[in-house]
Amino acid sequence: MNIFHYIFILHGLSAGIIVAVIAPLVGIFLVLKHYSLIADTLAHVSLAGIAIGLLTGISPVITSLGATVIASLGVERLRTSKTVYGESALALFLSGSLALAIVLLSLAHGFNTNLLNYLFGSIVTVTIGDVYLILGLAVVVVIVISLFYKELLYITFDEEAAQVAGMPVRKMNTLLIILSALVVSLAIPIVGVLLISALVVIPVVAALQLRKNFVRTILFAEIISIFSVIAGIFISFYFDLSAGGTIVLLMLAIFFIIYIIKHK
Amino acid sequence: MQVDHTKNIVEVKDVSFSYGNEPVLENISFDIHQGDYLGIIGPNGAGKTTLLKIMLGLLKPDKGSINLFGVPLSEFKEWHKIGYVPQKATNFDLNFPVTVFDVAMMGRYCCLSLCCRIKKSDRAIVQKALEQVGMWEYRDRLIGDLSGGQQQRVFIARALAGNPEIIFLDEPTTNVDQKMHEEFYSLLRKLNHESGITLVLISHDIKMVTEEAMHIACIDRTLVCHSTPEEFLKETPIITPHHHNH
Repeated sequence: MNIFHYIFILHGLSAGIIVAVIAPLVGIFLVLKHYSLIADTLAHVSLAGIAIGLLTGISPVITSLGATVIASLGVERLRTSKTVYGESALALFLSGSLALAIVLLSLAHGFNTNLLNYLFGSIVTVTIGDVYLILGLAVVVVIVISLFYKELLYITFDEEAAQVAGMPVRKMNTLLIILSALVVSLAIPIVGVLLISALVVIPVVAALQLRKNFVRTILFAEIISIFSVIAGIFISFYFDLSAGGTIVLLMLAIFFIIYIIKHK
Repeated sequence: MQVDHTKNIVEVKDVSFSYGNEPVLENISFDIHQGDYLGIIGPNGAGKTTLLKIMLGLLKPDKGSINLFGVPLSEFKEWHKIGYVPQKATNFDLNFPVTVFDVAMMGRYCCLSLCCRIKKSDRAIVQKALEQVGMWEYRDRLIGDLSGGQQQRVFIARALAGNPEIIFLDEPTTNVDQKMHEEFYSLLRKLNHESGITLVLISHDIKMVTEEAMHIACIDRTLVCHSTPEEFLKETPIITPHHHNH
């Protein structure tokens, strides 16, 4: 059984590699800002988006993109208004969107295998159209981050000093959360709604253990991320396992190996 | 730099601020002139940091106004003229993966437009700033691996990298070894005397500030006094440096 004979796997593999490249780029800023939970929150929001898609017949990729981007703006607004604690704002969105998703899915009679694909990822359902969409948006994410790299780095390191230096702090925070929403939506087919935050967070956390400079930390996170996605897809194919789960377990294994070596 | 001691760099006019119903600052007014070395002192919770944040536009006063370089704060754009060394202990992650050079380079970002690349000349300015504070040979070390005093020097280099005319420092010696204090203050003296940079130093170390600064502003919700260190010591002989060991 040769994996390359299966065209649907190739689509999944390409989409997986693209997502593996962009997830740590956004993830490093989220982790260092202590925003890791935002990825998880937005992932749950994306499920509500998918439910809307299943209900209305619009492509769930589009509806989940729309829902996460809109919700990301809401989260940021609620967080900065200081009327609700930051993590409580996340909890509101996380549980609220999950509740909405469940209600909408029950309306759409959507509790079937289709739903499981979204929850746990299903690279075999990735179409060539999805690959193009993921590639296009990934290019946007990479370009935006490289354009605003300086600002994002300064704001992440020292928000107050960055503001005194005249940086547009609020705009940059909003930009970052919109980018997170894009990455989360794109990652759904690869690892599923429930494991997206792992893809965004774990490679970065593992790379941070190495205590390198910023650029090298990103580089190591990229290596861990890309390796885990490729290896995870191959292993899951030959052993008939869930790709998403295998990818995340591989990432965790790498994290623990680095952690043990560095802290023994 | 030609220093004109009559030129107002910062004008604080009748500023009041409160957190909820708790008044923190009331009717504070004073000016900071070019080339000044102003020490802002006062007990803990007296509103020193709040006042600093208002001067930098990080907090909005309930009443009153701030002018920076003669321009109302809301219209002020020349942020590169202002250096800021924040109270480090509160907002700094020791595990953050940046080198000394990266941190100092952040000070250049204000002089680069959005999306603009770092140029060779920027690197040269950052090198000079790090050399000025004696941290150039540590440039490739991670910021979290340095001692408190060394980190503080890097933050000063970051402020210097923007070629500022005024630097605000908030409790800069909090995490600095007592032995290093003299070295640290001599660096500030050099910046003020030789480079003509205006300094605003917030501290509760009254002894050091009265020895170092040219002017003293004593804040305890209101502006209790604004004078030279000699006048300050004469007027308030009961103040003993009991905050010394903080």
